[in-house]
Amino acid sequence: MKITVDMNLCQDHGQCAIAAPEVFRMNDEGKLVYETDPDDALRTEVEEAADVCPVQAILIEG
Amino acid sequence: MSAHIAVVGASLAGLRAAEQLRAAGHTGPVTVLGAERYGPYNRPPLSKELLSAPGDPTPEELHAKVAFRRRASVADVDFRLGLPVVEADLGRGRLTLESGEAVAFDALVAATGLRPRRLDLPGPLAGRHALRTLDDCVALRGALHRGSRVVVIGAGFIGCEVAATALRQGCRVTVVEPAGAPMVRVLGSELAQAVQRHHEAAGIAFVIGRFPVGFTGGTRVAGVELDDGTTLDADVVVEAVGSLPNVEWLAGNSGLDLSDGVLCDNRLLAAGTDRLVAVGDVARFPNPLFDDVPRRVEHWSVPTDTAKRAAATLTALLGGRTPDPAPFAPVPSFWSDQLDLRFQSFGSPGLADEVRLEEGDPDRLPDGVLALYYRQSVHVGTVAVNLPPARQRELRGAFGALAVSA
Repeated sequence: MKITVDMNLCQDHGQCAIAAPEVFRMNDEGKLVYETDPDDALRTEVEEAADVCPVQAILIEG
Repeated sequence: MSAHIAVVGASLAGLRAAEQLRAAGHTGPVTVLGAERYGPYNRPPLSKELLSAPGDPTPEELHAKVAFRRRASVADVDFRLGLPVVEADLGRGRLTLESGEAVAFDALVAATGLRPRRLDLPGPLAGRHALRTLDDCVALRGALHRGSRVVVIGAGFIGCEVAATALRQGCRVTVVEPAGAPMVRVLGSELAQAVQRHHEAAGIAFVIGRFPVGFTGGTRVAGVELDDGTTLDADVVVEAVGSLPNVEWLAGNSGLDLSDGVLCDNRLLAAGTDRLVAVGDVARFPNPLFDDVPRRVEHWSVPTDTAKRAAATLTALLGGRTPDPAPFAPVPSFWSDQLDLRFQSFGSPGLADEVRLEEGDPDRLPDGVLALYYRQSVHVGTVAVNLPPARQRELRGAFGALAVSA
């Protein structure tokens, strides 16, 4: 599974970090950091994170 | 399972319902019927980024900015757009479209959402706007010019967002609110008054405690008459006075309770049926996180959460299985961006009888404020203003830890 976040869209809402904390994290500067190639076992959480992104910036491929 | 499931409504709730039906194992045909001509799109930007997007984009270009990606699992779902459903016959399993066409179904998902309430007052209609759909946004965009006098009626979240966007567009903005300070039903009076002072300092005028009684002008609105006999000059009026659930198309079916949306049980199954579930803004359901009172929840998180539950319920029933009896207790959440403030809410602050300001100074909202909301000393809601995103998990987590007694 490949994840891309459109950082031009991302507004640092942090909802993805609630849905899939193993993959998405807000750092101390309030910016998103994320795994680009997480284990497929995390698919449900990652799909949920993409669903709850207020600006729909998360793209999942594969 | 080859049952045909019709989803009425093609916004976020309808899209998520289709996706979650597939995720729950429904392999039969699914048809999503949308009244608007656009495919599912994200509505929050309509009052913000889309309303202020530069240039002269076409409606289709605006739609492309906010259209939802669809999961691959719904590639075979038939999205039929621009087709309002006027009637559903649950007994015979038949929908009637505005065009007169009939669509047969085995099970039904109600995802028809809301429409803006409009003011029924004397005066011209031209120049009066509401904001719910992309076409509403296109119409309002065309009316907001530098120097335009904009009167927003209603200081709820949408009214305040539109006011903030219009101000940034160079308009002269006045907000009329009969009930009290802006967003007071959710925020409580102390925080609401602080927001009002903040917005006033930025240049938005508020008229609190007055209500409109009519509109002046010939063929177009020129002013808003208030109950105290004064008139506010207006080139543009935005009515942001709440919403009405779209349930009329279900009215012919006995046994349903449509008094405020579609009354459902905790499984999202409509009361009195075994083939209709409701999702999103139109679903009225009890949330054991708070109590056993069924409520509609007009928050952005609700369509996604309810779609998952409703799809599981419907798929189980169609398969002859018992739906999951575990209590469904989603944590409602929403955000709102206004000028330099971002509000983030978890839970149901509107239920509270007490507000405790936990962090920050209400007179310095941009620096960050945290308010916790209690009902009979039980924490029911949280509102953060400009708190760091890294704290969202902790704030929401406070609800996940609550014992759910169903």
